Amino acid sequence: MQRGRPIDIGLSCPLPIPAHDSVLLGHGSGGKMSAEMLRDIFLPAFQNPILARLDDQAIVEVHGCRLAFTTDSFVVKPLFFPGGDIGTLAVNGTVNDLAMGGAEPLFLSLAFILEEGLPMHVLRQVSESVKHAAARAGVQIVTGDTKVVEKGCGDGLFVNTSGIGLVSREVHLSANQARPGDRVLLSGMIGDHGITILAQREGFSFESSIESDTAALHGLVADMLRVSTGIRCLRDPTRGGLSSSLNEIAERSGVGIELQESAIPVREEVQGACEMLGLDPLYVANEGKLVAIVAPDAADILLAAMRQNPLGRDAQIVGTVTGAHPGMVTTRTRLGTSRIVDLLSGDQLPRIC
Amino acid sequence: MKYIDEYRDERIARELSAEIARRTTRHWVLMEICGGQTHTLMRFGIDEMLPANTEMVHGPGCPVCVTPLEMIDKAIEVALRPGVILVSYGDMLRVPGSHTDLFHVRATGGDVRIIYSPTEALKIARANPDRRVVFFAVGFETTAPANAMAIWQAKREGLKNFSMLASHVLVPPAIRALLSSPRNRVQGFIGPGHVCTVMGYREYEDLTREFHVPIVVGGFEPVDLLEAILMLVTQLEEGRAQVENQYVRSVTYEGNKLAQKILGQVFEVCDRKWRGIGGIPESGLGIRQEYEDFDADKIFALEGLTAEEPPECISAEVLQGLSKPIDCPAFATRCTPESPLGALMVSSEGACAAYYQYRRHMVAGRGGN
Repeated sequence: MQRGRPIDIGLSCPLPIPAHDSVLLGHGSGGKMSAEMLRDIFLPAFQNPILARLDDQAIVEVHGCRLAFTTDSFVVKPLFFPGGDIGTLAVNGTVNDLAMGGAEPLFLSLAFILEEGLPMHVLRQVSESVKHAAARAGVQIVTGDTKVVEKGCGDGLFVNTSGIGLVSREVHLSANQARPGDRVLLSGMIGDHGITILAQREGFSFESSIESDTAALHGLVADMLRVSTGIRCLRDPTRGGLSSSLNEIAERSGVGIELQESAIPVREEVQGACEMLGLDPLYVANEGKLVAIVAPDAADILLAAMRQNPLGRDAQIVGTVTGAHPGMVTTRTRLGTSRIVDLLSGDQLPRIC
Repeated sequence: MKYIDEYRDERIARELSAEIARRTTRHWVLMEICGGQTHTLMRFGIDEMLPANTEMVHGPGCPVCVTPLEMIDKAIEVALRPGVILVSYGDMLRVPGSHTDLFHVRATGGDVRIIYSPTEALKIARANPDRRVVFFAVGFETTAPANAMAIWQAKREGLKNFSMLASHVLVPPAIRALLSSPRNRVQGFIGPGHVCTVMGYREYEDLTREFHVPIVVGGFEPVDLLEAILMLVTQLEEGRAQVENQYVRSVTYEGNKLAQKILGQVFEVCDRKWRGIGGIPESGLGIRQEYEDFDADKIFALEGLTAEEPPECISAEVLQGLSKPIDCPAFATRCTPESPLGALMVSSEGACAAYYQYRRHMVAGRGGN
């Protein structure tokens, strides 16, 4: 190549990679790849009206009783982290999936997949955590299972919990009920869990110690249901973060959602870690937060009720449901401009510079 | 948060945008060099705050986007060899090569790991003496010194199982290439703040003289960018073409001498292909002969591997400011971050991806999924 010669800038493009022929990590991210897998493989196979609601839990009616039923698997690495461990997550996660349907959680199952060679004290410690978390949440572990796989065929310990709860007659919460004019309520600071795990996994040491926010939210939900019938939908924004939950609601309800960026509470340490790594807290996982879509006239009373509960102390109204741009979430930036808050394709990846 | 909040202050931003509008008397085409700057422009909607006659064009400063197809193919080829651990920054794993990407390689059993700093690559090499650890190192002058340091340290320690697949690129030759193009429209540049933190901005003075084009070294926050745009517009309106430094809290004239020293010790300037642009002479950094024991290109005999990039998308048009991402018929339809047709859609810093993520609602009638 010669310097000084004018360069004719040529086109160059890669060919697109054909549809995924194997499962990638991104398929577990809760973003577009997860949604695709659900749409292409699971929904066609198991189609039925209860599953089609695609909420965090199924609500089924049996002999006049409204039952909420859900299941969740936990594969977190490391197993133990500030604020909790895989055992507390396994209880709180399933309890929260029930709670988001407005259910009173009652019974949980607990299944372990253990890798040969796992130190017994680790299993003992995780079981202790499950016991304490279940006691705190007021649920009972009533059935379980254990499988052991050969060394190298698992990563220490995986947990699955399923849960059953009762939903009262008058409670009907679902992601398809948001209407223009509704308000978006958020129960507290976002991003604590995801950044805690990332920091532990990658060995970052931030000046202040952030802890996972893992907590059972059914008490907070009960406090909210007690003061108002104006709740349309609840979600706990776990993997994929607040943005994924809201995108799901916008799509299912055929509405737009407009957030107010400056109203979304983020801990300074989390914000700092995100700035450093090029991540957006809107996409970072939470394990003890809920987002509620509520009727406009119920917003204030619900906000007050949330703030009375320690798990909703930092609750805020963070946005509005709109008839404009259905299926899309946007935010008013701090500068008063607007941008899309998209559903990510796969996992959020740290940027190079 | 300090150093963040004051640079995202709505009042200051509004004042700057009003001042830009007041000073602008005609149409100016400006380019921000860095992908990080493009990302901020889109994320904060700064394009909405500019007068209609200030047009922003998005430059080639996204290291992931400009890494040529053949380098990705090389990384994939190495990752598939037995006994190899390939490490790289997260963004790189998603970029498609000729046939597949590193995420797919990982899914089919390749040991591909995400790292956050070059020292982690060394740590992995020390911990796995029976494996060969290859660091796929991309980036501009910003990441080059730390990567050079990794090689320097590996040599000092006598680490035999560490090597680097280096694909470093340099900013000034790219600006020269853009300005030399017969179809160039860009009249002023926001210079790369972090590159200049390392390199200083002495070498940009040649460009301003030769092409009579102003360059303002800019930061990455909304207020930084608006101030840099104001400084550029002021120069253009006054007929000046100088290098000015907006990002004074980070950039000095001479840059970081220590970083430059280690960079020069380990790397040397070489010709380099840019994805979306083509070959640019003396626009990259390669590993010096004294360190060839750490050069994955040589160790794994990858030098012969080349890949042709078929002309399908309008990346080059976008890079020259001749088109906007949303002008492309494939934008948000056939070309999305899940299935990118072009380099600019693959990284969140690429102009097309930034438009897709933050500005898709501007494309009436074909808003994607």
